[in-house]
Amino acid sequence: MAALTIARLTIREAARRKLLLALAILTVIVIGLTGWGFQHLSTLTNPDGSQIPADELRLAVSQVLVFVEFMFSAVLALSAVVVASPAISSEFESGVALSMLARPVSRYQVVLGKWLGLAALIAIYVAATTTIELLVVDATTGYVPPGPVGLALYLIGEGFVIMSLALLLSTRLSGMTAGVISLVLFFVAWIGGIAGAIGEVFSSAAITNAGTISQLLLPTDALWRGSVYELEPILYRDVLGATTERAGNPFFVQSPPSVAYLVWAGCWVVLVVGITVWSLHRREV
Amino acid sequence: MTAADAAPPPPPPDEAAVRTLELTKHYGSSVALSGLTMVVPRGEVFGFLGPNGSGKTTAVKLLLGLSRPTGGEAWVLGHPAGDRKTRSRVGYLPELFRYQGWLSAAEVLGLHCRLAGIARAEWPAQIAGALSTVGLTGHADAKVETFSKGMQQRLGLGVALLGNPDLVILDEPTSALDPVGRADTRTIIRGLRDRGCAVFLNSHLLGEVEQICDRAAVVADGHVLAIGRLDELLGSGGVRMRLTGLTDVGRASLARRGTLAEHEGWFVVNGVDADAVPDLVAELVASGARVYAVEPVRQTLEERFLSLVEAEQARWQR
Repeated sequence: MAALTIARLTIREAARRKLLLALAILTVIVIGLTGWGFQHLSTLTNPDGSQIPADELRLAVSQVLVFVEFMFSAVLALSAVVVASPAISSEFESGVALSMLARPVSRYQVVLGKWLGLAALIAIYVAATTTIELLVVDATTGYVPPGPVGLALYLIGEGFVIMSLALLLSTRLSGMTAGVISLVLFFVAWIGGIAGAIGEVFSSAAITNAGTISQLLLPTDALWRGSVYELEPILYRDVLGATTERAGNPFFVQSPPSVAYLVWAGCWVVLVVGITVWSLHRREV
Repeated sequence: MTAADAAPPPPPPDEAAVRTLELTKHYGSSVALSGLTMVVPRGEVFGFLGPNGSGKTTAVKLLLGLSRPTGGEAWVLGHPAGDRKTRSRVGYLPELFRYQGWLSAAEVLGLHCRLAGIARAEWPAQIAGALSTVGLTGHADAKVETFSKGMQQRLGLGVALLGNPDLVILDEPTSALDPVGRADTRTIIRGLRDRGCAVFLNSHLLGEVEQICDRAAVVADGHVLAIGRLDELLGSGGVRMRLTGLTDVGRASLARRGTLAEHEGWFVVNGVDADAVPDLVAELVASGARVYAVEPVRQTLEERFLSLVEAEQARWQR
């Protein structure tokens, strides 16, 4: 099937252009540094030299891990946008699309192939970084977050969403423009999520609704919050969830996205891929 | 509804490689192609000529389904233009030839074997054959990004030959090639014709077209100015003679056979039938003229092309 051929081509391009190698090297360096940090964190003592209680240490490790995963999430989103934004437009601009689309290949196969290839890259990146990072944290601190698989799935979902948006824009806009728009929307959605959390704590319907709308329009932040939920110690959720200190804290989540919301996020991706197919089908070479 | 009111039925599936009927493409208010009607029989090399911006590449994109017409219809190998299955029988070298620079030449050909739906068992032979035909066998494993423009165009020609297509569309196929490459390309095109493949050659290199095309169309500003066999397009030609002692009787004989012109001691009769030349010479000798040389004169494609395009421009300026 042509879609699988194009998917393989997309992955091979990432490998040949040394994208995978660069990410692998950077990931090893970052995980090495965080491993060193977690190692030191686990040996910290109070100023008076007494031992830090295990629960407090555990809480500190979990919070630092959330920050580290936030960094991986941001790198994932940025990388997905940088790779997906020119994925289609550059082939039109260079002329590569001329010879490809003159073959007995449907435009939907091109979109599906690009999407599958990019999705595979995202899944590989998340699976590798999450697995290695959590193994390092476990080895250095003995802490294992409550939902490691859920964490990876939420991050993959977040990557799929932002990549799908960038790929859609790539059918009509240059890689540069599509990339900038995708990133702006990504951060707007992040701020929208924070605003929604603040509105929820202070019972402001207007702000809560604004946050909900932003999460419906671009599900990246809501999925990121799902991954935070999977990282938090259960005790921490119960204690902090009862206070207003959580207001607007992008690194604390009291409850995971609902099943209905996850279904919507799935539908969102399908819908955007469908619009991408339509957009490419309508585009003249 | 009477028969006269009914829309004309589409032409039946036929053996033509390309058939267009009033094919038109507008981009907003600009006309890229206007009412292109032509037939390209199978097994012929068809030259599609025109100055830059005349609509040649637009026509090619319409035939391949890369672009949608705003009017008219087109059929390729008996199927509506752009038909997905039919595209597996069409090879295409774009004017803007670019291939994945991070792949090797053999990998690019392998990719197109996959996309063209060629059976996997045939890939090695197809790839080796294409590389050999375009003279890139020694560069099979080299990255395309290391190729010169000429080598990339050769590779593009190899890509177009994959799968033994029934129609090959070449858009300015020698724009980046040296004289040797051009001669090689002509040989390849003749080889395609010999095995029954139609070649649609989009070019503004008229000498090239004149050497290899059976038929041609001349387009300008989106209009077809002339179409037909090359000998029809170029007219019946003429004859030029070096004479002395030309009498009024002899001059009348020349003028009777065609349009007479004198240039640097040569008498040129345009439009004279080749079969009438011996009689004309006999008449001139009988009239007392001394004939030193008789040479056939044929309008070159370039001359014909320029006269057509200039006439079209003059028509629009009026």
